Amino acid sequence: MLELINIKKTFNLGTINEKKALDGVSIKLDEGDFVTIIGGNGAGKSTTLNAVAGVWPTDSGSIIIGGNNITGLPEHKRAGFIGRVFQDPMTGTAATMEIQENLALAARRGNPRGLKWGITKKEREEYHEQLKMLDLGLEDRMSTKVGLLSGGQRQALTLLMATLKKPEILLLDEHTAALDPKTAAKVLELSDKIIAEHNLTAMMVTHNMSDAIKHGNRLIMMNEGRIIYDVKGEEKKNLTVDALLKKFEEVSGKALSNDRMLFSKETD
Amino acid sequence: MNVLTTFLNALPGNVSQGLIWGILAIGVFITYKILDFPDLTVDGSIGTGGAVAVMLITMHDCPIWLALLCAFAAGCLAGLVTGLLNTLLGIPGILAGILTQLALYSINLDIMGQSNRPVSVDKYPLVVSSRYAVPAMIKSALIVAVIIAILYWFFGTEYGFTIRATGCNPNMARAQGISTKKSTVIALVLSNGLVGLSGGLLSQYQGFADVNMGRGAIVIGLAAVIIGEVLGSVIFGKHFNFVAKLAFAAIGAIIYFLVLQLVMLLGLSSANNKLFSAIVVIIFLAVPYLRNSAKTSFKKAAKNAAMEAMEGDAGNA
Repeated sequence: MLELINIKKTFNLGTINEKKALDGVSIKLDEGDFVTIIGGNGAGKSTTLNAVAGVWPTDSGSIIIGGNNITGLPEHKRAGFIGRVFQDPMTGTAATMEIQENLALAARRGNPRGLKWGITKKEREEYHEQLKMLDLGLEDRMSTKVGLLSGGQRQALTLLMATLKKPEILLLDEHTAALDPKTAAKVLELSDKIIAEHNLTAMMVTHNMSDAIKHGNRLIMMNEGRIIYDVKGEEKKNLTVDALLKKFEEVSGKALSNDRMLFSKETD
Repeated sequence: MNVLTTFLNALPGNVSQGLIWGILAIGVFITYKILDFPDLTVDGSIGTGGAVAVMLITMHDCPIWLALLCAFAAGCLAGLVTGLLNTLLGIPGILAGILTQLALYSINLDIMGQSNRPVSVDKYPLVVSSRYAVPAMIKSALIVAVIIAILYWFFGTEYGFTIRATGCNPNMARAQGISTKKSTVIALVLSNGLVGLSGGLLSQYQGFADVNMGRGAIVIGLAAVIIGEVLGSVIFGKHFNFVAKLAFAAIGAIIYFLVLQLVMLLGLSSANNKLFSAIVVIIFLAVPYLRNSAKTSFKKAAKNAAMEAMEGDAGNA
């Protein structure tokens, strides 16, 4: 489904702010893999997702999705393969457009757009059905501007938009980090449901270690632009937060430096 | 009384002028409101539209409708230049517009060969002329209505959606597979095409094209958009939909010219009309801001705090 081969990326090359963000990231996802990604500050978690999404060109390495080498495609051209949900609920939707218009935009992801209607009557009926699944009452507010929705509602909508047209890979970039704990849990549950229902291949960055253990079938840990730990199946299921922390210290040779992650350990 | 009679007599003329500028205002609405792009090409492209139309009509015996189509196309080209400066060369939008506008001053002079070119309604079957104000008013109203209908359709299409999404949230647009560069260029082309068309009509209406006819056009366009927006949201409230917004950009332009006429009748000299445009825009931008900040301000917070403290003291005593 998704394969990254030795991806490297350095930001601000040759300046005082030079930062090696990805230092040879390689990973191969199988169909239906749901990978959670954890790591310290600046470990390259979100950067990996952005490399896949094509926010900027990589320095070296290959990105292959469903057999297509997309390394040379700009963001909008590879969007057809990729569904994305962002950390900031504002990022994933167009606030001044209606709920149904946002969905219609997402339904055409990767398709050529022309002078046909931006949304059809038939689509409206479909979206009505699909919004019902979210169980947020949005199906009765389809012509409401998205800007009027709460953060949690917007993330749930973005999730639906990202999967409306089945993506080869779903990228979840700390998509519950800006939500209150109760809403975050609900959005996570919804993510699980949608991923399972459509048998999606997904990558989820999270700072919450118990979420990283609880969700998905595979877990990777990143540090200084590299994948330092990759675990799946039974071994992953049996992980504990303490074991993860110890593992981190063992592999990286230092204590985990993600305040939010440590904080989440104490609250869970 | 005398002022009122003169005002009423001049009403059809001012309404026509407002409607012709209303087309420009609709163009400005597309960039300023939908695309969220501060496009200053307008001051140049309206002159280009005027110059192209007048030269084609007077020098090349071109049918009026074709001359207007060419004025539209010339405006489109101007928008294309700004769009490419911005998206291909990375020049910030506001500067890209200023550069195109400046270059167009020379180009407009080149097109006309001199700074001013007359076009007489006696010699050519012009669409609109200030000489026949009532027909001009009706015709320009029809043109505006057709433009609104076409734009209503266009912004309901997949293409139109991409422009709206680009203006609202470019990150989201790209994530949904939209080339934000392409939609930025398309919107600028469309907007300046309308501005060019407005210039083509304006030169016919006033009987000449002038290299300075676009000076301050963007401010008039903005004034129209903002007046229309304030007025429209007062009248329609939550139901201020897309068609109404476009219509109110044009209505805003009409109001602008009516008020201009009124203050001129009351003694404003025509030399001061640019000052007037600037003041109108300032007022209409400032009033909503001040009204909003009057609702919550630090001053008010301090006053409330002082009041509460006093009440607290009274309670203790």
